Amino acid sequence: MKNTLTIAARDLRSYFTSPIAYVVLTGFLVLGGWFFFNLLSNFNQLLMAYMGYQMPELLDSLNLNELVVAPLLHNLAVVLVILVPMITMRTFAEEKRSGTYELLMTSPIHVGEIVAGKFLGAFVFILLMVLLTAIYPVILLWYGDPEVGVILSGLLGLLLLGSSFVAVGLFTSSLTDNQIVAAVSCLVTLLFLYIIAWPAQSAGEGLGGLLRYLSLTEHYGELVKGVIDTRDLVYFLSVIALALFLTVRSVESLRWR
Amino acid sequence: MIEVDHLTKRYGDLMAVRDISFEAKKGEILGFLGPNGAGKTTTMRVITGFLPATTGTVRVAGFDIFEQAHEVRQRIGYLPENPPLYNDMTVSSYLAFVGRIKGLTRNEIPDASDRTIERCGLTDVHNRVLGHLSKGFRQRVGLAQALIHDPSVLVLDEPTIGLDPRQIIDIRSLIRDLSGERTVILSTHILPEVAQLCDKVVIINRGRIAVEDSISNLTAVLSLEEVFLKYITSDVAPLTAEAAL
Repeated sequence: MKNTLTIAARDLRSYFTSPIAYVVLTGFLVLGGWFFFNLLSNFNQLLMAYMGYQMPELLDSLNLNELVVAPLLHNLAVVLVILVPMITMRTFAEEKRSGTYELLMTSPIHVGEIVAGKFLGAFVFILLMVLLTAIYPVILLWYGDPEVGVILSGLLGLLLLGSSFVAVGLFTSSLTDNQIVAAVSCLVTLLFLYIIAWPAQSAGEGLGGLLRYLSLTEHYGELVKGVIDTRDLVYFLSVIALALFLTVRSVESLRWR
Repeated sequence: MIEVDHLTKRYGDLMAVRDISFEAKKGEILGFLGPNGAGKTTTMRVITGFLPATTGTVRVAGFDIFEQAHEVRQRIGYLPENPPLYNDMTVSSYLAFVGRIKGLTRNEIPDASDRTIERCGLTDVHNRVLGHLSKGFRQRVGLAQALIHDPSVLVLDEPTIGLDPRQIIDIRSLIRDLSGERTVILSTHILPEVAQLCDKVVIINRGRIAVEDSISNLTAVLSLEEVFLKYITSDVAPLTAEAAL
């Protein structure tokens, strides 16, 4: 545990001593702000239009959660697909290239502690990103009355989604000493998991169901809707556990090859 | 203290190290010599537990490096060929980090860190960022990293490479100070260094041990250069040209 925290703290610090953290956070907030602004002005336009029609039932159907928060969270998820590989690509690949891998691997620490430490460091960074995005719903709360429960469930979804991405990123980084290879293979894997359910409609009952189950988007969508189902939580936790397990095996394989 | 027993390491089809055995006793400085590509770094990586052996065993301080890897790792200080530095950290924070993962407690860190910084002549640069340090200082931080947990065995892969003469002298005297209680294995290309520092020499060539003897026996008749050339020229000619450099 002590070693895990030591490694997590070092990794987290290194995100912030290099420009990476600032570039990623800035990019995330700029894009998030732009989405938010657009979604909000669309909402406003609809509001104005419906008020012009003088139809109260239409006005009642306008919902901040559905029209602003949910699309915002879905857009941010796509941004995470692109940004997380940039965060995790260094984790193992850079250590191998700079030779610090030799230091870690010849120290009296277990591979599991190294992997857990690196995951924890990146997880805290993702947590920070998710907390920063909470600023948009807070603005909504100030001026309107969206449902807080649904927002929290969506943010939990974003955190779980980001953590799964991180676990996959650690795995791809552990396979190579080249950061670009690590980032690209992570990006491709994440995109694939993101769109895997696209043919589900035409794939028939069994296969379609399987594809939907594998899809990150489907499970994330439920949480964004405000439905916290154990099935979705289990799905995200299994993705994290599986990816971290594969990472441990991949790191260990160097020792026992 | 270090017993290498019939160690073989293969990378796919390439035999990097073939069936080598040697021993370093407590307090000895063992010089590990050989031309480039002879298998020195591979052997050191196996001893430190970075790479597994294909066959054979290594025992460090009585512990098997495979069965009791954890115990061995606590007792070894290792300076790889390239010092394993995080370029974004300062000297102090880096040494504190290494101390922690080597098993020191939070309370032990300040003392261990101060002692090592002073010993390796890093006092003036302890707040500098590693990425901005000169080659000589980087090498010294690498040595400090290997020493922070006060290990009983030191494995140093070419500790004086790329240093200026003054720095070489400093590092040599540091290594001499460090021996005594500790066992040191050091690899190098610089033969006078071996003559000055080491009690014992192992010359390795093309993955095999060419000779293992005390420095006084080896240099009784021939100079160390002549001994080195004699043992590594015995089979292939092209290697000598490289070694002579």
